[in-house]
This record gives sequence, structure tokens and C-alpha cells, in this order.
Amino acid sequence: MMRHGLRHNRLAIALWLIFLSVSVWIVSRASFTADLSAFLPRTPTQEQQLLVEQLKSGIASRLILIGIDGGDPAARARASLAMAARLRADARFLHIANGESLGLERDRQILLENRYLLSPMVTAERFTPEGLRAGIEDSIEQLSTSSGLFSKALLPRDPTGEFMQLIEGMAGGKSQPQMADGVWVSRDGRRALLLARTRAEGADTDAQEQAVAAIRTAFQATASPAMQLSMTGPGPFSVSARATIKDEVARLSGISTLIIIGLLGLVYRSFPALLLGLLPVLSGALAGVAAVSLGFGTIHGVTLGFGTALIGEAVDYSIYLLTQSERSGDVANDAAGRQRWLAEYWPTIRIGVLASVFGFASLLFSGFPGLAQLGLYAIAGLVTAALTTRFVLPHLLPANLRIRDLEPIGRRLYFAVARAGRLRTPVLILFVAACAVLVVQRDQMWNQELSALSPVSKSDQALDMAMRSDLGAPDVRYLVVVTAAGREAALTGSERVGTALRQLAAQGVIDSFESPAFYLPSQTSQRQRQASLPPDAELRRRFQVAIADLPLRAERFEAFFADVARSRGRAPLTRPDIEGASLAEGVDALLVQADAHWTALLPLRAAAGSRQVIDAAKMRAALAETGLAGVYFVDLKAESDNLYESYLREAILLSLAGLLAILALLYAVTRSPSRVLRIATPLAMAVAVVIAGLVLSGQQLTILHLVGMLLVVAVGSNYALFFDQGEVAGDIQPRTLASLALATSTTVAGFGILGFSSVPVLNAIGVTVAPGAILALIFSAILAQRR
Amino acid sequence: MTRIAALLLLLGIALPALAAPFGIDQLMATMANNKRSTASFSEKKYLAIMDQPVESSGELLFIPPSRLEKRTLKPKPETLVLDGDVLNVERRGKKHVLQLASYPEIAGMIESIRATLAGDRKTLEQVYHLTLSGGGSGWVLLLVPREAKVAGIVTRIRMEGVRDEVRRMEILLADGDRSVMTIRQGAAP
Repeated sequence: MMRHGLRHNRLAIALWLIFLSVSVWIVSRASFTADLSAFLPRTPTQEQQLLVEQLKSGIASRLILIGIDGGDPAARARASLAMAARLRADARFLHIANGESLGLERDRQILLENRYLLSPMVTAERFTPEGLRAGIEDSIEQLSTSSGLFSKALLPRDPTGEFMQLIEGMAGGKSQPQMADGVWVSRDGRRALLLARTRAEGADTDAQEQAVAAIRTAFQATASPAMQLSMTGPGPFSVSARATIKDEVARLSGISTLIIIGLLGLVYRSFPALLLGLLPVLSGALAGVAAVSLGFGTIHGVTLGFGTALIGEAVDYSIYLLTQSERSGDVANDAAGRQRWLAEYWPTIRIGVLASVFGFASLLFSGFPGLAQLGLYAIAGLVTAALTTRFVLPHLLPANLRIRDLEPIGRRLYFAVARAGRLRTPVLILFVAACAVLVVQRDQMWNQELSALSPVSKSDQALDMAMRSDLGAPDVRYLVVVTAAGREAALTGSERVGTALRQLAAQGVIDSFESPAFYLPSQTSQRQRQASLPPDAELRRRFQVAIADLPLRAERFEAFFADVARSRGRAPLTRPDIEGASLAEGVDALLVQADAHWTALLPLRAAAGSRQVIDAAKMRAALAETGLAGVYFVDLKAESDNLYESYLREAILLSLAGLLAILALLYAVTRSPSRVLRIATPLAMAVAVVIAGLVLSGQQLTILHLVGMLLVVAVGSNYALFFDQGEVAGDIQPRTLASLALATSTTVAGFGILGFSSVPVLNAIGVTVAPGAILALIFSAILAQRR
Repeated sequence: MTRIAALLLLLGIALPALAAPFGIDQLMATMANNKRSTASFSEKKYLAIMDQPVESSGELLFIPPSRLEKRTLKPKPETLVLDGDVLNVERRGKKHVLQLASYPEIAGMIESIRATLAGDRKTLEQVYHLTLSGGGSGWVLLLVPREAKVAGIVTRIRMEGVRDEVRRMEILLADGDRSVMTIRQGAAP
């Protein structure tokens, strides 16, 4: 019997050690992230997929807005120029804009030489005698303007003014930022502004971190000490979010570990007990990280932060083992005490662990990867901690382990609890009041925007908004996305969509749009334009007719005839032809290859006076009329809010399912509806009071508060179970009471620390679970039945 | 003989002291006294490519020291506002903002008018060699570009005026084309 038990012990310890080594190995190879991925759906719809692509790698995701404050305007301008020059030489940036007119010469040359292929005005009608005449008359009128002395130089070469049309079409609608000393500045002139576009996509936080560092280095090398640098945009934001999460996870988990160790040390007064008591927690944390790494590939920083809180919960099991076992000072008796503990208390703990697992399991089904990771981490962590406590820890405890007996503390607590019943009425009143608050506030207590989870601070968001509006930088809320198998197909699609969009602009549904085809028309369009150019002799004949009664002479237009003839024989312009020109930047920003398909982006500007809103129904109807496949109208803001709303709906359903699962478990174990009710009532009250408190303090509830509520139930049920068991057994033991108080303290310390986090996701869980756990314990004590 | 020479010499020295001949400094000082002024203009461009001159007309508004507005009313409305070193152009309902510094050729031409109106000799002489003839009641100021870049476009600018008013401005381009602007003080008729 004895030898058999010993073999069991060795087997359990060996398995545990193997498990730990495997976990350490997995964790050592795990990758960590802190980007948006935690907030993006796992199984997106087509529109959500576009949202995800845009957020991860779209044009807006690669933009970094840079501001230089301080010093005098001229010095800021010099810094801007010097910084831009350095960054332009850096391959990590596709494009740096600060108001300098660079590359204009090359653009001019390309546009001029290829105007008959590039200009959408080039049609067969344009080259009839009437079309030519209309164009020429326009150009003559142009001569009367102030720029006439300059535009006349082009007249012999471009009598129909195609070049000016092209230039104006490209600049059309874009509001230029304010300039001072040759660079962009804010409207009040106090900040120099630059716009950088990174080669790396916005979701590549490592590359974004390098870009941010490169900008900072360039700033330090060129600016005077009186100046300050600010950067906003998805890249800098995710970089600083990652730094914040990293920093906070390290700091908060450090603090909560210290607090918990301090608490345990104070209570146990035994170093070996303290170390042994932490073993299940460490095993659990390792298992959690390893499980998430296996299940998701990467571990999100938020999950680690959450893991911090779970330390406080996982340590409970060893607290129960170490403090609840009766102790006599006699080695043999102590071992027997532990056996008795396993028999008496383990079943209760087992139900508690199961209740927690059921609660967290519902998160596993969430389409919100952040939640699913939390769920998996918690389950793996708690189960491992519990199993280690049950099967490994008892064998590791030295025979002569001495820890302080909690019996005296327990007695004092017992005395307090015995009188707590008097508080029933006030607690009921509190509960009713909390319910009233929730009923009154039910419509405005939820935050419906995904940005509620954004780790970007309000002041940074405001700075971003200010710089965006000063720069006229695309906020890119509305997009038409054209997907196609190849570059050419995407461009043709963009052109056909462009026709529909021009009609919508004429109807006032939108103000204007951009298109990659503005910068590089499809080969088809270019060939069509070529085909509409008449042969030389015919052109000369028509031109003669067109200028019949105009004060012009045909012999002065040889350059025009030559250009048209050359355009007829020219190969259509392709992407390599425009390399190095700002035309190429335009195309590259709006036409991107992702995997096997090409995506053309046509950003839309809302019509003036529409409060920046575009009628989605009209847009979708007009796009449907084009009959093109793979064309989508995307309202990124609506899409992300929809996404969040679906997360919220889903989280509510999952939480309810988790709640039901816990209740079902309790019923299965107790077989008594009234006992289930007695266990659940204090939990429901705790949740209601905490949420009402948060709402009253002005917090808007997010999906994470909801998760917090589920956790209050999952964690609190552990405590309620002990009271219930106490009632069944006659009365709760003073020592059990003391262990519960200690267990709650560690849980509250773990979660409570999260309440100090500036990361909204962690903060929400912290401020819900910490007070919830305390209240669950107190309410359980107050409501417990006594015989 | 020597007495006559001495007399002439004396006159030569004494005359400026008596009547202060009309010099560039004096013209500039007169112009610098100008307050806000409005004028109407009509402009004819004589271009080789066209058999007839191209005509336009409108209003000019100058607010010292650095704001110059040119509103063309016929045949095509167009507004040009030069303020400091920013040029705003509004044409066909579209606004364009240009930095003067980015377009040295245009800047040279525009600066000739503004600096003359403001009586800013220093700025004028940065771009042009100045020659003045005539007197206060009728003067001609000739501006010849110093820089080859500007000279490649403008051969000379000739301004005619009476006291503190510019009455006529002729721009002769390097290719032989020219523009003549006649200016009448006061608002457009």
C-alpha cells in the first residue's frame, strides 16, 4: 500500500516535470504581439475582411503624421526640410511629403509626353472639327488670363489644352495644407507638418517601430533642442500601445506578485510554504502561455496582462490546501489531516474549478480573438494550477512544514460573519437600488464603438485629429474597393467604377474621389484613346476646318501634329515607365497586390454640407448597376462599429451561456434548486452592485466589462460554494473562513492591480472583477443560512 | 571761357540743390506714401501665334505693403491674390495656392509690379537693373532682369507713370511677345 502510493507520487511528479519542461520549451519559442489582431475577427465576412486588410495594410495604415513644435517658424521649416531629406534617403519610407514640390519636372514631362494616352478627355469627338474648335477656343480664353503669358508657350504643341486638363484633374478637390517658409504648417502656423508613408504595412509593429525610431533619429539630428516632435497614425499608435502593454504587464504583474507573496508570507510565516504555495501558480501561468501559443500561434500582450490577474485566482487552491488542513504539530496527524482535507474540501474546490472553467470556456467560442485567447489562457492556467495542487503539491510538502494556524483569525472572522446576517436588509435595498440604476441607464450604459477598446489615449487621438485636419490627410472613412485577379483588370474595373462615381458626384452623393487609374489608366483605355486620334493628314484637314475663322494659323501647329502622330505609335504607359515620378506614388498607394489578387482603392470624399456622411444605400445601388463583380463600398467606421456590435451581441450570448453552464453544473452537483439559488443570489447581487457603481461613476461599459461580470460569477461561485458546503455540513469552519478571506485577498490584489492599467481592455476587467470578488464573498457571508 | 566753365560747374553743382532732379529714390519715396489704392486695367497681349491681340480687363487692388489683387472680369473671370509670398489663384471655380518661391520666373514678374507700387527699391533691385527717365509729372521706369533665369523669359518691363501713379506697364518677353496693361486709378467704370 505504502509502496504503491509512493510509485503514484513519483509518477505524478515526473509527469508534472515533463509537462513543465514541454511548456517551457513552447513558451521559449512563442511569439508575442500587441497589435490590432486581438480586436479583429477570426472569421470575417467579405466586408470585414476588407476592413481588416485596410486596418492592417491599407493606405491609411501606413501613414505617419509628424508634427514639429517649438522654436521659430523659419527654424521649424529648416528642420522639416532637413528631416524630409534624411527620411527620403531611407528605404523604409515610400514617400515623405512636407510641402516641397519635388519631382514636378519629371511628372510634367511624363504628363506632357503622354497626355493623349492619359487624359480622360481624349475621345473620338474631341478630335472632330467641332471638338477641336471647342478645345482651341478654350485655350484662347486661357491666354487672356494672368497665366496666359506662360500657357501660350504650350499652345502650338497642345492647342486643346489637354495638359492643363490633366494637371487640374489630378489636383482636383484636394485641399492643400497651409504653407509657410516653403513647408506645410498647421492652420495657426505653430507646427510644421510632414506626412510619411512607410513601406511596411501598419500591422507590422516591428517595422513600424523601426520607422518611428528612424523619424525620431532624423528629428534629433536636424532639430534644435527647443523643438518637440509628435507622431500619430496607426503605426506610431500600435508601437506605443505595444510599449505600454509590455511595460504595464511587467510592472503590474510584478506589483501583484509582490503583494500576493507579501500576503502569503504574512499569513503563512513560512518560507518553504510560500515557495511551495506558488508552484501551482507558476505551473498554471506556464501552461496558459504554452496553450495560447499552441492554439493561436502568437500571444497577445493583453492576454499576458490578464494572466497577471489570474495569478491571484490560481493561488487560491494552494491556499486552501495549506490553510484548511487541520494541523496538530504531529507529522503523522498532519499527513492524515491532508488526506481528510482532500476528502472533505477537494470536491468543493473541484466544483469551483469546473465553474470557472465553464465560465471561461464560453469565451473560447468568441469570434473576438482577444477574448478567445483569454479563455484558453484561463482554462489551461486554472486546470493546471488545480491539478498541481491536488496531485503534486501534497507530495512535495515537507513532513515538518510549519505554517501559522489560521484558526484564531478564522474565529474572529466567524464572529463577524455570525452577525453579518443583520445586514441582509441593507444588502437587499442596495441590490434593488442597483437594479433601478441599471434599468434607468440601460440604453446609454454601453459603449458601441470599437474605439472604446483602443489603447490610444484621448489626448493622442485629439492630436491625430488636429494634424489630420491641418494636413487634409485622408481619414479614409469611405472607400470603393475593386478586387480583381490582375493589375490591368483592377484598373479597368476602377475606370468603370469611376464613371459611376462621376455621376454620383454630379448628383451630389459624393464630392469627389481618387482612383489609381487617374495616375495610370488601364492599357485598354490608353489604346482606346490612341484609336480616337486621327491619322496625320486627316488631323490636319480637321484642324484647318476647326480654326477657319479663328485668328490662328495652322502652320504654327506642327508640334501638335507631331505629338499626335507620336502618340498614335507609342506603346501604352506602364508602371515601370513612371518609376520615380510622383505618379508612381499615386498608383502604388491605391493599387496593391495582396496574395493572388489585386485591390484598387478609390477613396471617396463626402459632399460638402452632408456632415461628412455618404449615403451607403445610394452608393451600393449605383455600384450594383455597374454589374461588376468584386466591387465593394466600404464605410470603415460603420464596419468597425458593426464589428464591435457583433462582438458585443456575441459576448452577451456567450456570457449567458457561460452563466447557464455554471448554474447547470451547480445543479448537477447539488441536485437542489434552492441550493443553486442560494449560491447564485449573492453572485447576481455582486454583479448588479458593481455594474451600477461603474455606471454611476460615469464609465461606459464595453465588452470587457461583460467578461468581467462573467468572471465575478466564475470566481465568486468558488467562495459561495464554501458557504453552501458549510451550511450543508452544519456551519462553516473558522479555518475555512480565514482561507476564503485570504483567497479573496489574493484574487482582489491580482485583478485590482489591473484596474490601474491604462490599457482599456485590462482596466475594464480589473475594475469589474476586483470589487465584484469582494462583494461576492461579503454577500455570500451575509446571505448564508445559519442553523 | 574759364568763367563760363566755372559757371556751368557751379550750376551743375547748384542745380540739384535748387530743384532736386527726379531720381529713383524720389520716385520710390513717392510710391511708398501710397495708401490702399484701387484701379481698373485693360490688358492686351500681342502674341506671335495669334493674328489678333488677346484682350482682358478688370480691377487691381493694392494694399501696402504686400497685398496685390488682380481681378480679371472679362472675358473670363479670374482672381489672383498675392499676399506675402503666397499666390492664390481662383479660376473656373477652382482654387490654387502657389508658393511664389517655387516659381522664380513668375515671382520676378509679379514682384516688379508689387515692389514698384510699394516703393520698395531694395526688392526691385534684387531682380532688376533700374533706369529712370522723365520727371515727376511723367516718368518711365525701365526694369531689366539681372538673373539669366528671369531674363530667359522677360527681356524688360517698362512702367510709365505720373507722380505716384503707374499708368502703363509693358512687359516684353524674350520671344518677342509682349503684353501692355493700361491702368486707370479709381474703381472700374
